[in-house]
Amino acid sequence: MLELIELTKKYRTGTLAINGVTLTVDQPQVVAIIGPSGAGKSTLIRCINRLVEPSSGKVVLDGIDIVSLPRRELRKVRRRIGMIFQEYNLVDRLTVMENLLSGRLGYVGFWKAYRRKFPAEDVATAFRLLDRVGLAGYQDTRADELSGGQRQRVGIGRALMQQPDLLLVDEPTASLDPKTSRQIMRILVELAQESGTPTLVNIHDVGLAQAFADRIVGLRNGEIVFDGTADQVTADVLTEIYGEEDWSTTIRRAGDKDDQSISDKKKNLGKEAAAG
Amino acid sequence: MTEGVETQAGAPLQWHRIRLIETPAARYVLMALAVIYLIWSVSALDLNWHRLSTGLPRAANMFARMIPPDFSRWHLLIKGVLESIEMAVAASFFGMILAVPLAICGASNLVPRPVYLFARALIVLSRTFHEIIIAILFVKIFGFGPLAGVLTLIVASTSFISKMVAEDIENMPPGQLEAIRATGAGFSKLLIYCITPQTLPRYLGVSIYRLDANLRHSTVVGIVGAGGIGETLAATFSRYDYDFSLAILLVIIALVFVGEFFSNWVRGHLR
Repeated sequence: MLELIELTKKYRTGTLAINGVTLTVDQPQVVAIIGPSGAGKSTLIRCINRLVEPSSGKVVLDGIDIVSLPRRELRKVRRRIGMIFQEYNLVDRLTVMENLLSGRLGYVGFWKAYRRKFPAEDVATAFRLLDRVGLAGYQDTRADELSGGQRQRVGIGRALMQQPDLLLVDEPTASLDPKTSRQIMRILVELAQESGTPTLVNIHDVGLAQAFADRIVGLRNGEIVFDGTADQVTADVLTEIYGEEDWSTTIRRAGDKDDQSISDKKKNLGKEAAAG
Repeated sequence: MTEGVETQAGAPLQWHRIRLIETPAARYVLMALAVIYLIWSVSALDLNWHRLSTGLPRAANMFARMIPPDFSRWHLLIKGVLESIEMAVAASFFGMILAVPLAICGASNLVPRPVYLFARALIVLSRTFHEIIIAILFVKIFGFGPLAGVLTLIVASTSFISKMVAEDIENMPPGQLEAIRATGAGFSKLLIYCITPQTLPRYLGVSIYRLDANLRHSTVVGIVGAGGIGETLAATFSRYDYDFSLAILLVIIALVFVGEFFSNWVRGHLR
């Protein structure tokens, strides 16, 4: 599926943001990337779809090396990679439906896009996703009228409209309150699991990462210093990633696996979505 | 520096803000130089109080001859006003069209550096000269009449609208562009799906404002022979038809008022 080989990004300022990162995601799993600010989490994720141009190394998605692709081919690959952002990055003056349909821009012609004439199945998918992320009925609301949590739901919807083979998620909850953060993570993980899409999530909240990710990767100074499951994240591991600190209040104790089991989550999703 | 003012806690008791020029001597010398230059430049202008005082009765005479305004040659007046309006509308229309590519090329976050610099150079160049100078140039090239006036106003409108819109595009949050690019959309779809919706209100607002400005400027460029009501006005002054001049001035005032109200009304309804 996805393979990063010796991926390196050196900015023109001389900063070595990521330094020879090698990482393989060969099954549909949620991988949380944790690490201190400035560790290169954002750069790493942006190098995968080349919103940031890597300096060297390879990004191989299903056998294609993205780094060496020419512009036109890159656009084709980008259609297969959904991305979700910290600041949601919706087009504010467009409606929720237009924002969702923008996930299909790579597949429609110029005039069709201009007149917002998307294929019927895309519109149907958009309505289904709208319902799924808990925003049924919001299709004609302008994006700038939504709350942060609602915007992120649209952001998730837009990424899934691409029917991606890979999801890149950059700090999806950093601008949200704790409750909304959990709701957003829950929707994200559920949708990723349902569609079997491998997902890379940058997240600085270690607790959230442990609660929702199948696998946790620790990044420090642009290098991977930990790669394992949520349960393997110990105080020593966090010290390795972030530096010396009292971690006793951060790490989730074994036993409180999650507040709710997966089946409970499903039941609650609808209720919380309506509130959020 | 803070000797003797330290308290028992060791914290300084004195503080003053950091000044632009720290040395007092340098500060006062610069201030004195500025005042001396101001005095010198006023005296160098050689303001002649005698000429000013003899001008006053002439002004009184001119205003006396203006009243009452003479609307008898209203057909000339109407013709001039209509020509001015036509010039303003045509110039705004073509300015709006030409400004679009120039604004896109002048946005540093959209185009490669050389394209950006070229577009910005064009914009700066056409903003360097006042409309009157451009109008004189076009009158020399294309002869008297509204063509020179329209071309002048097109140049001014294009550079004004494109500068404003280019800056609006540059002020867009980069994340939105990033998100649309990440879906695999190319440049053309980025334009129609992200940049257009985000900058359209600004573009229309600036264009409507420019229509209003063109209405005002179309009365001015006529004075150097570039058509419109201004040309009629200049002719009345040179023929000492001051009563007709006043009639024209009143109409121009009315025209500008209407333009201003229209522009404000439309811009109030954009969001």
